[in-house]
Amino acid sequence: MILSVDNIEFSYRNKIVLKNIKFKVKRGEVVSILGMNGAGKSTLLKCINRILKPKRGTILVDGFNLNQLDEKGVARNIAYVPQNVTGNNISVFDAVLLGRKPYIKWDVSNKDLEITGKILKLMHLEEYALRNANELSGGELQKVIIARALVQEPKILLLDEPANNLDLKNQMEVMKIIKDISKTQNIASVVVMHDLNLALRFSDKFIMLKDGMIHSEGNSGIINSENIKDVYNVDAYVDHYKGIPVVVLA
Amino acid sequence: MNQNIIQKYTQLNRNKIILGSVLIILLFLFILFSLSIGGYQLSLRQIYRALIGQGEGAAELIVWNIRLPRILAAIMAGVSLAVSGAVMQCTLRNLLASPYTIGISHGAMFGAAFAIILFGIGGAESTGKIFIHSPYLVTVFAFFGSLSAAFIILLLAKLRNFAPEAIILAGVAMSSLFSAGTMFMQYFANDLQLAAMVYWTFGDLSRPLWTEVGIMAVLMILSVTYFIYKRWDYNALESGEESAKSLGVNTEKTRLFGMLVVSLLVSVNVAFLGIIGFVGLICPHLVRILIGGDYRFVIPISSLIGALLLLVSDTVARTIISPMVLPVGILTSFLGAPVFLYLLVKMHKR
Repeated sequence: MILSVDNIEFSYRNKIVLKNIKFKVKRGEVVSILGMNGAGKSTLLKCINRILKPKRGTILVDGFNLNQLDEKGVARNIAYVPQNVTGNNISVFDAVLLGRKPYIKWDVSNKDLEITGKILKLMHLEEYALRNANELSGGELQKVIIARALVQEPKILLLDEPANNLDLKNQMEVMKIIKDISKTQNIASVVVMHDLNLALRFSDKFIMLKDGMIHSEGNSGIINSENIKDVYNVDAYVDHYKGIPVVVLA
Repeated sequence: MNQNIIQKYTQLNRNKIILGSVLIILLFLFILFSLSIGGYQLSLRQIYRALIGQGEGAAELIVWNIRLPRILAAIMAGVSLAVSGAVMQCTLRNLLASPYTIGISHGAMFGAAFAIILFGIGGAESTGKIFIHSPYLVTVFAFFGSLSAAFIILLLAKLRNFAPEAIILAGVAMSSLFSAGTMFMQYFANDLQLAAMVYWTFGDLSRPLWTEVGIMAVLMILSVTYFIYKRWDYNALESGEESAKSLGVNTEKTRLFGMLVVSLLVSVNVAFLGIIGFVGLICPHLVRILIGGDYRFVIPISSLIGALLLLVSDTVARTIISPMVLPVGILTSFLGAPVFLYLLVKMHKR
């Protein structure tokens, strides 16, 4: 197991946001975190990479307890792609190179440049490399931020609604990249998702959160009428089209 | 292909280094020009001989006691203000942040006015020229005035979690509070005290002597070194709070220490020189327009542009209506206000 989350609890101003969160992720797996707004999905991601400090619980990465690592150490193991990123006034190359921050001592090394070049190529971002990051479209920028995360050479990739605000084509492209990279780079991806169909299409495993607790966990089988009704309070049924499970709202 | 991109990228960075080198050369040439020009014109030969200690009486006196301290003060202040602006804009996440716009300068003004009225410092010579008795006491009070303004902003920023709009609003509030306090004291001041207060607020580079220039230089070198050391952290901060944290940056500490160093640097400068507005605001923006927002280059190149800008302004200020010498603060504010408006318009369009 590359990631084991055990008994995580987090509260914000005495209000419990997450309680008894427990799950494991294997290398190469894409896990979707699902649930209503306010269920604690984003908070869970932030607890995993210690942007927020959970009240109790342990997180093991490759058997290592994250509590024993400093900020840089965590950043070398876990990369995070936040919601609603904005591009700033630096080149795409610089924006991606920034992912080497946890490794940079005084200045960037040739290795840092090489890795950045390699990832830019992998993400088909070469032609944008010297453009300004604040001139990119939403989809391009999202790819740049994912590229930055990959340059961190993480074992675990956390993504908070990566397909949000993207058009259909870019949604598919970004999710495909996440899936492919998890397999080829052998890393685990934990993705907060809103679109159940997109999640079904690209994830290996699903965790449904309700009121800060895990409601259900497992393979695509857990995305069924009862669970959807229970978690989202919406009537829906799940059908299959050419072998792909599809959620249809009633 | 891969190698190609890296090559192109390093070439771009090399261009920025070339720009920096050109600025250094320009600065050096302008120092020479500034040494030569003035009420008493000096030739390059006279300057050279004076610098190596073999000049004739008048030339050596002018170079060592009048022009060189003034030129160095311009450079120190230009670097300090510009680099402070750059770091503030990053740590406070606001394009409009600068020592002048968030009230630090007004705090200093208040401190100085307080010292002048409370200790009756300030007066006029028989020639009518205004002077300030024991300028050190005024300096100390100005220093604590600006430092307290900076700390109040810092505290508010911490409480409001560095919400960008909160900082600028707090700065406006602080500025008007300190201005009101200053005006209150001016209302009760006698003619001479009033004149001394107004005189003090004009940013003026003729005040510092070698000791002050030395203090400014040491502080500037230490601060700029610290900022350069933290350049990658500032780059990370620019990409957003959460991104920076996920890259292993302790964002609270980085902001707090950045602002502490800036406060100290600006306070010393304002205390010694008075208020020199807008250099801290304009220079970093100019640099970002020229070469982008990478702090590896923004910090050193802002410093150089700040030094150059203030030196050019001051040289103009002391020669334009010679033999009268304008306080440089007036000139930089003249220059700064339109740029400030331009930025506001541009920001609004986004």
